[in-house]
Amino acid sequence: MAIIFLLEQVLNGLLVGAYYLLIALGLSLIFSLGGIVNLAHGAFYAIGAYLAVSLTPWIGFGGAFFASPLLVALLGVLIERFLFQKFYRADPILSLLLTFGLAMIIEQSLRMTFGAAPLPFSIPPALRGQVFVGDFIYPRYRLIIFGVALAAVTATWFLVYRTAFGRVVRAGVQNPDMVGALGISLQPYMTAVVALGLGLAGLAGVLLAPISGVHPAMGAEILTAAFVVVVIGGLGSFWGVIAAAALVGVVRGLTIYFFPPAGEASMYLLMALVLLLRPRGLLGERIQKFE
Amino acid sequence: MVRPFDFTRRTLLKGAASATTLVGIGMPAIVKAQADVIRIGHLTPVTGFLGPLGEFAQMGVRLAAEEINAAGGVLGRPVELVIEDSVNPQTASAKAERLIERDKVAMIIGEISSASALAIGQVANRTKTVFINTGANSDALRGASCNPFTFHIEAANSMMVLAVGNYLKSENMIKGKKWYSLTADYAFGHDLFRVAKKFVTENGGEFVGEELVPTDATDFSPYLLKIRQARPDIVASNLAGNQITNFIKQYAEYGLQFPITGFGFDTAVAWGAGKGNFSGIWPLVWHHLVDSPSSKNYVSAFTKKYGKPPENQSWGDYNSLKIVAQSFAELKSTDPQKLAEHLRKGAKFDILKSREGYFRAYDNQMVQEMYAVRAKDANKMKDQWDIYDPLGSVPGSSDSLEVLAPPQDGACKMPA
Repeated sequence: MAIIFLLEQVLNGLLVGAYYLLIALGLSLIFSLGGIVNLAHGAFYAIGAYLAVSLTPWIGFGGAFFASPLLVALLGVLIERFLFQKFYRADPILSLLLTFGLAMIIEQSLRMTFGAAPLPFSIPPALRGQVFVGDFIYPRYRLIIFGVALAAVTATWFLVYRTAFGRVVRAGVQNPDMVGALGISLQPYMTAVVALGLGLAGLAGVLLAPISGVHPAMGAEILTAAFVVVVIGGLGSFWGVIAAAALVGVVRGLTIYFFPPAGEASMYLLMALVLLLRPRGLLGERIQKFE
Repeated sequence: MVRPFDFTRRTLLKGAASATTLVGIGMPAIVKAQADVIRIGHLTPVTGFLGPLGEFAQMGVRLAAEEINAAGGVLGRPVELVIEDSVNPQTASAKAERLIERDKVAMIIGEISSASALAIGQVANRTKTVFINTGANSDALRGASCNPFTFHIEAANSMMVLAVGNYLKSENMIKGKKWYSLTADYAFGHDLFRVAKKFVTENGGEFVGEELVPTDATDFSPYLLKIRQARPDIVASNLAGNQITNFIKQYAEYGLQFPITGFGFDTAVAWGAGKGNFSGIWPLVWHHLVDSPSSKNYVSAFTKKYGKPPENQSWGDYNSLKIVAQSFAELKSTDPQKLAEHLRKGAKFDILKSREGYFRAYDNQMVQEMYAVRAKDANKMKDQWDIYDPLGSVPGSSDSLEVLAPPQDGACKMPA
C-alpha cells in the first residue's frame, strides 16, 4: 500500500517540478546567455500574476494567458535596452545590485497599486475538476500547467538549438568578438533573450495565479527556490535545469511524505549535497577551479 | 558589444543568498513630529507572509486617528501616528526602542506575529511603556511571557479554539471523529495546535494526522495527497497568513470533500482566495457583519474611506487607539504608568460588539465576545466580500465573558 502512495508522491513531485521549471527556465536563460543574475526574476513572475488578475475580467483567462506573458516580455525589452545592456561588461556585483533594487521597486509598486492583501483569483470553471488514474488524483488544472511547461521548454529548446537565431546567441556566448567580426550585432539578440526569459516568468505568473495567493511578495517567495533549481542543474545547462526541477519536486514531495517540517528545507539540503559531490551541478559545464 | 561573461558559480550562489534577504525589506513611514501632539507608535509587519493583515492594521489605526482628531483630539492635542513595518522580531524590537527613545511615543499599538509581539513586549516592559497587541494570538504571551505593560486586545489562541469549538460540538464534528491538522511551523502554530489538540481530544475526537508546514511553503499538493490517503472526517488548519490563502485555493483545486475547519483565521486571507475556493467553519475575534450599532458605524466609515469593508485585524488596531484616547481623556494625562493601571482596573470599553469588553488584571487579556462564521456557497455570494454567514457569538448572553478567556492557571506572574 505504502509503495502506491510513494509513487503517487513521486508523480505529483514531477508535476510540482513543472511549476519550479517554469520559473527557473527564464532565470537560467538570462544567466547563461546574458550573464546577469536576475534577482528581479520573481518580481516579473508577480507582474505576470497581477496582469492575469487585472486582465481576466476584460479578455478572459484565455486572453490573459497570452497577453500577460507578452506584456511582461515587452517590459523585458525596455528593461534590457535601458538597464541590463549597460551591465553585461560590468562587475557582476553591479548587476546583482541593479536587479536587487529592481525587485524591491517592483514589489513595492505592486503593493502601492494593488495593496498588500492577496487579490481573489480562481481557476476558470471550465478548467476545474480532477482526473483520476486508478486511485491517483490529478487536478485538471495542474495537468494543464504541466503541458504548458513542456511546450514552453520544447519551444525554447528549439529556438536556442535548432534555429539561426539560437546559433548566433550561442556563438555570442562563446566568442562575441568573432560574432562582431562577422558583421553581426549581438544587441538585438540579447534583447530578445531577456524578453524571452522574462516572458517565461510572466507565463509562470499567469499559470500559478489561480492556485496560489496573488500578493506583492509572491515573487520574492518563489525566487529562492528558482535559484536553487538553477544551481542544482548546473550553470549554463539547459537539460540540467529540467532535471533539477523534477528532482526538487520529487525530493520535496517525498520529504513531506516522511518528515513534513523539512519540506522546504529539503531543496537546500539537496543543493548542498549536489555542490559537495559535484560542484558544477548536475549537468553544468566543467569549471576548472571547482574540480 | 557583448563579451563572454566571467561568471562563476559563486556569483550565482551570492545571488541566491541575496534573494533570500529580499523577503525582509520594508519601508518606514515616519511622520515629522510636532511638539504639542500626542504621538502613538504603530508597528506591524506589512511585508512577508503576514503583510496582508498588517495593511488592514494600518488602515484601522489611521481611521481611528482621523476620527479622534476630527473630534478635537485628546486633551486638546492632536494624535499623531508614527507607523513602521516591524518586519521580524529583531527589527520589531529595535524599532520599538527607537519609537520610545527617539520619537517619544506615548505608547505602542500593533503587531501580528507572536514572535515579534514577544520582542516588543519585552521592550515595553523594560521602558515601562504600554503596548497593546492587536494581532498576536499565542497563549504563551498571556502566560509565562506576560508583563504588566503588554495588553492584548487580540484573542488568545485558546479563545479562538473555544469560539469555533463550541460550534463544531453542536454540529457533531468532534466526538468520535478523525481529525487531520496542518500547523504553521513557528511559535504561533505550535501554541495553537497544542490548545486545539487538547480541546479536540478532551471532547472525544482523535488526531490521525498532525503535520507541520514551513511558513515559506507555497505548494500544498504533497500534504493534500497525504490527507486524501488518511481519509479523515475533519481537516483542521492551524496555518497563518498567506499560508491559509494557498491552502484553501489548492484544497479546492484537488476537490477534497472532507469538511474544513480552522482554529486561527483572518478574513483578509479568505477574501484573497477567490470565488469557489473558501469553505468550512472558522472562528473570528470580530467580523464586519457583527450586528451592533457601533460596529455598523465603523463598517460604514471604513468602507467609505477605503472602498472595502474592514476585517478583524483592522478592528483590533482601530479599537486600541480608541481605547487609549478614551483612557487618556479620562485620566487627563498621558502618563504610561497611569494608563497601564487604568487599563488593568477593569475599565469597560465599547469594542464594537453587543457586550463591552475589559482587560482583566490577571494577564492583561481583553475579555470579550467571540464569533464563528460558515463559508457561503459561491453562487450565493453577493460580491467579493460576501464570503461567509455569521453563526452567532459566544458566550451566551447570560454567561460570564470569562468562560472564554484563557484558564488562570498561574502561568502568568505579574510583578506586584
